Amino acid sequence: MTSPTVVQRQIPDRLNSPLSRALRSWEALLVLVVIAIFIINSFASPYFLDPWNLSDATYNFTEVGMIAFPMAMLIIAGEIDLSVASIIALSSTAMGYAMAQGAPVPVLVLIGIAVGLACGAFNAMLVTRMGLPSIVVTIGTMSLFRGISYIILGDQAYTGYPASFAYFGQGYIWWVFTFELLLFVLLAGAFHVLLHRTSFGRMVYAIGNNPTAALFSGIRVARVKAILFLLTGVMSGVAAVCLTSRLGSTRPSIALGWELQAVTMVVLGGTNILGGSGTIPGVVLAALVMGLVTFGFGLLNVPGIVMSIFIGLLLIGVIALPRLWSRLQARRS
Amino acid sequence: MSSVSAVSEHGAAPVLSLAGISKSFPGVRALHDVGLELYPGQVTALVGENGAGKSTIVKILTGIYQPDAGTIRVDGQETRFPSAAAASLAGVTAIHQETVLFDELTVAENIYLGHAPRTRWGLIDWRAMREGAKTLLERIGSDLDPEVRLRDLGIASKHLVAIARALSIDARVVIMDEPTAALSHKEIHELYALIERLKAEGKAILFISHKFDEIFRIADRWTVFRDGQLVGAGLMRDVREAQLVRMMVGRQVDQIFPQREPTAGPPVLTVAGYNHPTEFADISFTLHRGEILGFYGLVGAGRSEVMQALFGLTKPSKGACRIGDRVVVIRSTAEAIQNGIVYVPEDRGRQGAVKGLPIFQNITLPSLAKTSRRGFLRLAEEFKLARAYTERLDLRATSLDQDVGLLSGGNQQKVVIAKWLATRPRVIILDEPTKGIDIGSKAAVHDFMAELAAEGLAVIMVSSEIP
Repeated sequence: MTSPTVVQRQIPDRLNSPLSRALRSWEALLVLVVIAIFIINSFASPYFLDPWNLSDATYNFTEVGMIAFPMAMLIIAGEIDLSVASIIALSSTAMGYAMAQGAPVPVLVLIGIAVGLACGAFNAMLVTRMGLPSIVVTIGTMSLFRGISYIILGDQAYTGYPASFAYFGQGYIWWVFTFELLLFVLLAGAFHVLLHRTSFGRMVYAIGNNPTAALFSGIRVARVKAILFLLTGVMSGVAAVCLTSRLGSTRPSIALGWELQAVTMVVLGGTNILGGSGTIPGVVLAALVMGLVTFGFGLLNVPGIVMSIFIGLLLIGVIALPRLWSRLQARRS
Repeated sequence: MSSVSAVSEHGAAPVLSLAGISKSFPGVRALHDVGLELYPGQVTALVGENGAGKSTIVKILTGIYQPDAGTIRVDGQETRFPSAAAASLAGVTAIHQETVLFDELTVAENIYLGHAPRTRWGLIDWRAMREGAKTLLERIGSDLDPEVRLRDLGIASKHLVAIARALSIDARVVIMDEPTAALSHKEIHELYALIERLKAEGKAILFISHKFDEIFRIADRWTVFRDGQLVGAGLMRDVREAQLVRMMVGRQVDQIFPQREPTAGPPVLTVAGYNHPTEFADISFTLHRGEILGFYGLVGAGRSEVMQALFGLTKPSKGACRIGDRVVVIRSTAEAIQNGIVYVPEDRGRQGAVKGLPIFQNITLPSLAKTSRRGFLRLAEEFKLARAYTERLDLRATSLDQDVGLLSGGNQQKVVIAKWLATRPRVIILDEPTKGIDIGSKAAVHDFMAELAAEGLAVIMVSSEIP
């Protein structure tokens, strides 16, 4: 029984400072990897350090990165959206259709984003209202959304987008810095704040670690998950605008396989595929790693298939390394 | 302390005896020089507080742990159980709280897993297996269908299957670790009858329970452990409950329930005519400020379901709920918390603590609206709130940034309670707060409830135990 004279123990807030924690984090390791790849690339090819070449290289990750941010939040919350690339296809097809009807550029952008939002809402409804597992639902909608594009386009393509539409995917804001790179940086900042600085972000982590306890703590779990699916849909729409603008055309095979690239980026960034942990800086660094590797291999004329083998090995290594590391630590102690 | 004799009063020798058993884990001495004897046809009750070493001895008996020192004798022959299979071969079998069986297999398959009857061709003889299972089940007075999948059975039937399995391997020693924890009143009585049958067949039974009424009902002998040491052993008929409690706790526990002067204030929560299509009907009660209201009922009586309806997890089909004198409709847990109703769930690991998140984030989870500003987190506010409530509950942790999953069960429960107190609730519902905990900790929980009520909180306590 406690009496008022009992001296209460002081529990410290933290044992490790945030700085020392950051230095030992997965992100710190990724920074070293980025630097290493940068150095290797600059020795491997004389063309690597050219500012314009580097500027071109950013396209390797900016569009996929945009969908990797909300994907990271979804995966942290214990869900996944494999339909993102198909949303891009459907969204791009809708823009092409509108363009063919003579819609002006602002309308095209709005349509692209609106289709993304609608697709996200469809996923959200199936997962949160009907309680279906998101991996199954989004494998289904992955076929569904792209299937609609194939029905509309067949083996045709929409071309002839207006010249001013090209700015989103081809424009420069200053010197070698592209509009897409600026958008990527702004979105990285926005998602960083959303996940790490707001109570919404905290709820995402809580749901990912224990959805039942989160519900029992008064969190509106279904609502949070629905918002994440909507966000992923919107970002797929934004990526569709950028990609369509950069390519200047729409084919139903547009962005094929990007869902796996986005998931790879998220996992490489240190997000637990089972949910509960992960960070936005990790995703940004993983985007840089993947972009630089792709670019380096491109300069060295390495075939695409070797490229995907490398990314595959990287992914397996990334998942296996922390486990091997902790096993080694356990054996030592 | 009574002497542990090698021969029982009937002249029978123990089937299994342990002597001088010690077992240490890094930093903890789980058992020190303990002994235990199990006699054929008798039930030995093993009594002790949480952490007294009961589960360690069970794991040694079933070959999961190896003792650091001491001897195990079966029929007087010294032996070792280097693996679970070896213990099983020696005829020792355990029925746990959550019995380890396979939900997707049938009753017969579960009974014969690992030693199924074979045909001439080395294939499983399904017919012999079904018939054998049926015979075994009949022997224990059960008419379960051997073809039913286990997942379609209740926990009581699963216990029956576990016992039939024990018989099928011709077990001589049956360990029952809190077998009644999830059973209803009727099922417990069926279990008693079954234990009598096993006794008649000459099985030696080790019965572990926190409930003294069960022990006095069913056991022939007792053994008490405290802090990993043997305190005493003897015959049930020579001992009284108070003596066992004293040996178990190491001091006199004169009151599990604190004396209090009830000072009930105005009504806080009024429930009128709550109905649910399947779980409960016509529930009405009034809860006053500063009052502790007990809800007694057995498992499956619908108590938890009523509480979960109050907490917004399920919807009542009919009925009204008033907070103070405002009629409210609670559609979600978020709305329940807004109305000052909070719920400490029975299943702490799954429904209470968010393992993987640090302590302070667990505590502020339902209070984020208060600690954040316009949706943005304010860590200083979070640490302040977490500090205030964890210190009040005397939480033992290395820092507030520590992962809740690394805390002991009792401290996790403190985090869950701190989380709710931090919302400044008006009504706190505790669902089985004393389930599976020993008598000393029970007294602490009861003291704490009295303290909350004295501060003007209205407390609902759900329990299946009557003092």
